[in-house]
Amino acid sequence: MENALEIKSLRKDFKTFSLRDISFSLPKGYIMGFIGPNGAGKTTTLKLIMNLIAKDGGSIQAFGLDHVAYEREIKQRIGFVHDQPVYYEQLSIKQMTGLLRPFYECWDEGKYQDYIKRFDLNPAKKIKELSKGMKTKYSLALALSHGAELLIMDEPTSGLDPIFRRELLDILYEVIQLEENSILFSSHITSDLDRVADYITFLHGGQLIFSEEKDSLLTRFTLVKGGPEDLTQALKKDLIGFSQTPVGFEGLSSGRLSGTDLVQEAPSLEDIMFYYTKGRAYVK
Amino acid sequence: MRIVLSNASGQNIYEQIIDQIKDAIMKGDLNPGDALPSIRALARDLRISVVSTKRAYDELEAEAFIETIPGKGSFVATQDTALMREKRLHGIEVKLSEAVLEARLMGLAFDEIAQMLRILWEE
Repeated sequence: MENALEIKSLRKDFKTFSLRDISFSLPKGYIMGFIGPNGAGKTTTLKLIMNLIAKDGGSIQAFGLDHVAYEREIKQRIGFVHDQPVYYEQLSIKQMTGLLRPFYECWDEGKYQDYIKRFDLNPAKKIKELSKGMKTKYSLALALSHGAELLIMDEPTSGLDPIFRRELLDILYEVIQLEENSILFSSHITSDLDRVADYITFLHGGQLIFSEEKDSLLTRFTLVKGGPEDLTQALKKDLIGFSQTPVGFEGLSSGRLSGTDLVQEAPSLEDIMFYYTKGRAYVK
Repeated sequence: MRIVLSNASGQNIYEQIIDQIKDAIMKGDLNPGDALPSIRALARDLRISVVSTKRAYDELEAEAFIETIPGKGSFVATQDTALMREKRLHGIEVKLSEAVLEARLMGLAFDEIAQMLRILWEE
C-alpha cells in the first residue's frame, strides 16, 4: 500500500522536551487521528513534517518524497491547518487571500468561494476581527482550495462549536471520497475521532505509544470495572491504569481478563488515552 | 438498502454491516446485480471509518455474497439459493443441538423443551 506519509525514527531535542524515535505511516486514502494529552509532542511532529522546525534525526517522506529536498513540491500537495493560524491581522479576508493565492499552482477559485460561503465568512472582515473558530474555518477554506492530497490539521476542532464539528466531519468525508486523498488530524477531543479515523497514532511524553488501526485498537483493550474489594494487588499490576473510588474501580487492561466476573467492555479512545496517561502501572 | 448500526450492541461495526447486507440479500431486498454504495460513500453515510466498511465488503466478497469490479464498484453476486438455505439450516441445527445438550444436562424431558420451543415460536 502506498503511503501518503512515512515517518521513521524521527527525533527532535529541545532543552526541556524531546521527541524520540517516532515512526508511523499513513496509507494513502485514509484518515489518521493523532492523539495525546497536551504537551505530548503532536504539534511538534506536525511542524517537523512541514519543516517549520528542523528535525535532529530520522526521516520524513510525503508521497514518497523527502520533506526537505522536495519541500516546495510537497507543500503544494499538502493543506495545513494550523492550531493558531498566523495571518496579517490588519488585512481583510479578501486581501489576505489575494496575497496567498499566487503561491499555489493549483488554486481553485470556485472551490474557495464555495467554502467561504458555506463557512459564513465575510470577505470584507479583518483577520483581527475573526474569532478562533472563524480563523480555523478560514484556514480550512484555504487548505481545501489548492488541490491538496494530504490535509494536515492541528487541533482543528478546538474552539469550534459542536455543530461545526459535525460539519467538519462531513467535509472530511467529502475529502476522502477521492482515494488519492488522506488526512492527518491531531486532537485531544477524541470523540470526534472515534467516528471518522481509520488509524490512531498515540503520543505521550514525546514517545510513540502505538500507531494502529482504530478497529483493532478498540478490540485489543478492555475497560474493566468492579467493586473496591475486586481491585487486588495482582490485578493492579495487570492493569495499564486505573482509578479508584469508595464504591469501586475502573481500569484499562490489554485483552480480556479470564476467570473473573468483573464487568468488561469495549473502551473509548478517551478511556485508552486517559489510563495510559494517568496510569500508575504504566510501564513501556 | 437499509443499514442501522448500534453502538450498544457489543458487536463490531463491520460485523453489523456484514449481517445486515447478508440479511437483505437472503430476504430478497437486494437482488443479484444490484449495485452497492462505494466503500467510501458508505463510510460517509454511516459516519464510520473507511477501514470498517472496507473490511465488511472484503469479507462479504470472500464469502461470495458480493463481487467488486475494479473501477465500477461492488454488486450483489449471483447467489446459490439452495446452498444458502442449506447453510442457514445447518446454523439452526447447531444452535438447537446446543439447547438440547443443555436440556439433557438439566434432565428435562422432551415434552418440556418442546413446549418451551412452542412458546418461543408463538411469541
